Amino acid sequence: MSQTLYDKLMSAHIVHDQDGAALIYIDRQLIHEVTSPQAFEGLTLAGRKIWRNKSNLAVPDHNVPTTERSSGVSSIADPVSRLQVETLDKNCETFEINEIQMNDIRQGIVHVIGPEQGATLPGMSIVCGDSHTTTHGALGALAFGIGTSEVEHVLATGCLWQNKAKNMRIEVKGQLANDVSAKDVALYVIGKIGTAGGTGFAIEFCGASIRDMSIEGRMTLCNMSIEAGAKVGIVAVDDKTINYVKGRPFSPVGENWNSAVKYWKTLHSDSDSNFDESILIDASLIKPQVTWGTSPEMVVDINGSTPDPKLEKDEVKAESIRNALKYIHLKPNTSMSSVAIDKVFIGSCTNSRIEDLRIAASVAKGKKIAHNIKLALVVPGSGLVKKQAEDEGLDKIFKDAGFEWREPGCSMCLAMNADKLEAGERCASTSNRNFEGRQGQGSFTHLVSPAIAAASAIAGHFSGVES
Amino acid sequence: MKKFTSLRSIATPLDRANIDTDAIIPKQFLKSIKKSGFGPNLFDEWRYLDHGEPGMDNSKRPINPEFVLNNPKYSEAQILLTRRNFGCGSSREHAPWALEDFGFRAIIAPSFADIFYNNCFKNGILPVVLSSEIVDGLFEYTGNIIIDLHDQSVTTDTHSFEFNVDPERKRRLINGLDDISLTLQYEDQIRLFETKHFKQYPWL
Repeated sequence: MSQTLYDKLMSAHIVHDQDGAALIYIDRQLIHEVTSPQAFEGLTLAGRKIWRNKSNLAVPDHNVPTTERSSGVSSIADPVSRLQVETLDKNCETFEINEIQMNDIRQGIVHVIGPEQGATLPGMSIVCGDSHTTTHGALGALAFGIGTSEVEHVLATGCLWQNKAKNMRIEVKGQLANDVSAKDVALYVIGKIGTAGGTGFAIEFCGASIRDMSIEGRMTLCNMSIEAGAKVGIVAVDDKTINYVKGRPFSPVGENWNSAVKYWKTLHSDSDSNFDESILIDASLIKPQVTWGTSPEMVVDINGSTPDPKLEKDEVKAESIRNALKYIHLKPNTSMSSVAIDKVFIGSCTNSRIEDLRIAASVAKGKKIAHNIKLALVVPGSGLVKKQAEDEGLDKIFKDAGFEWREPGCSMCLAMNADKLEAGERCASTSNRNFEGRQGQGSFTHLVSPAIAAASAIAGHFSGVES
Repeated sequence: MKKFTSLRSIATPLDRANIDTDAIIPKQFLKSIKKSGFGPNLFDEWRYLDHGEPGMDNSKRPINPEFVLNNPKYSEAQILLTRRNFGCGSSREHAPWALEDFGFRAIIAPSFADIFYNNCFKNGILPVVLSSEIVDGLFEYTGNIIIDLHDQSVTTDTHSFEFNVDPERKRRLINGLDDISLTLQYEDQIRLFETKHFKQYPWL
């Protein structure tokens, strides 16, 4: 019977099938400090053991400082944050889980280091107590975010109960323009289907634009599928996937590599497989994007304007527009390129990989950030991304242009560490959520691609790359 | 796990769509390594007029009188009535922990985000999906609502509505069953699967 990629990935992991729900086996659990302490505590209280230590890989990322931190965990100024990182270290030691600690060069954002280390492989089932686990679907893996009770469940049983999602296919047909990135595709798609458009669905991205996209671009796209409400975002395995995975520390070698590749090449939807929903998107219509409001679906072309609630016929939507504009201090019909910004953040599990930094650096090269920019941060996704960037001289380009070059972590994406916006500050951010207060209470977040973030830092307001 | 069978309560009407888990419990409170004590910071940025941080004495903070949770009328409410896509965004289970700690045992909305919906069941909270039209009607209604999980019904003084819930989730919630213990009943099957799985995919 013909199957979609999602169906294949699910079938390969079903331990027990029961009406509606299936017990599926989890090949890899990624763990970070924020959503795991209560899971370990639960195990301890119940006197339970870890099902399979080897399946787990931990890294602290949310609370870590991005400034000088050579003295290790003690360099975390906030005692509550410090305790959380110490607790992760202690739990990993007690339960014998492989942890990449804060001062290890391999440390970074959990969704950056998974693929980077080869701990994310095609065909794997992967979970993490973090909604952006969808990122790993870019490699043809079944990957999704879970809550802390489920983190504990996977630690204790190696499995998870899952209700099967419906299948959605999003084909991005044709070629993307040169100045359009995976981030723009993600925002454009969310703008079309809405933040609940993917709820209950596994989204498979396909089409010429996706095939042409690099693996890192696909990660950006799959990362943002959760912002459309989807269970997972996946892309079929191709030669790019296999080349990406090759030679990474956790990747198979020798005979195992050959058998793995043979299997991975089957990880695509069968040509006659059935999707519950199909969406066709014309790549040529996608322009660089910027969000104007407080939800990722509130998005326009970089040359566009804020909407006018008076023109919205649906009263609930009109009210949402009014609320968002009120919160974000913008009037209806305001041209986005006229909106000045205070801070710029280039980083997060969405856009902190080497290609993201390369493109931002290419825009910033030889230029200076505008006088009104109080802070422009570049936070690499991992220590290895940072090193690669430094080897290529990207840090110098950023610093010369007036950006700050930081240590890796989640940083200002959710502002759990010291990197945050003050009330009333407006930020061009390459992160994934522009919710009220996300980057600091009373602050205004606008989601953009790395190229747009860099161009806007130079211009002092939202700007495309050309101008 | 906490049981849920039925409850009778008025509902706190939170008239807003797409409420995300960042709004339900802001990130600074996620630094706790405990499961309890999140209630006072539920909807912190909407509930208080100042900026909240862990460890503050919340009873001394200025409250936002316009926010519905601060209306004394709803102080005993165990049901939260809200709009579509409730609980979107971050997977933080701190969101249902905060709602439960505050006193909510059921949430009625036209739709929920997936991870949040799932997290509710793990914490004795029943998320009830009813159509937008019914939810519109409930926003106009101020009396007691009876939610019965066994019958899968929501009853007002004048109407009764049925809702859907996955039978297995219902069974676990009604009986307060522990997920991990239940799964470990399949231990032999998991071991068997594992052997086969690693033979087939030896690189894992």
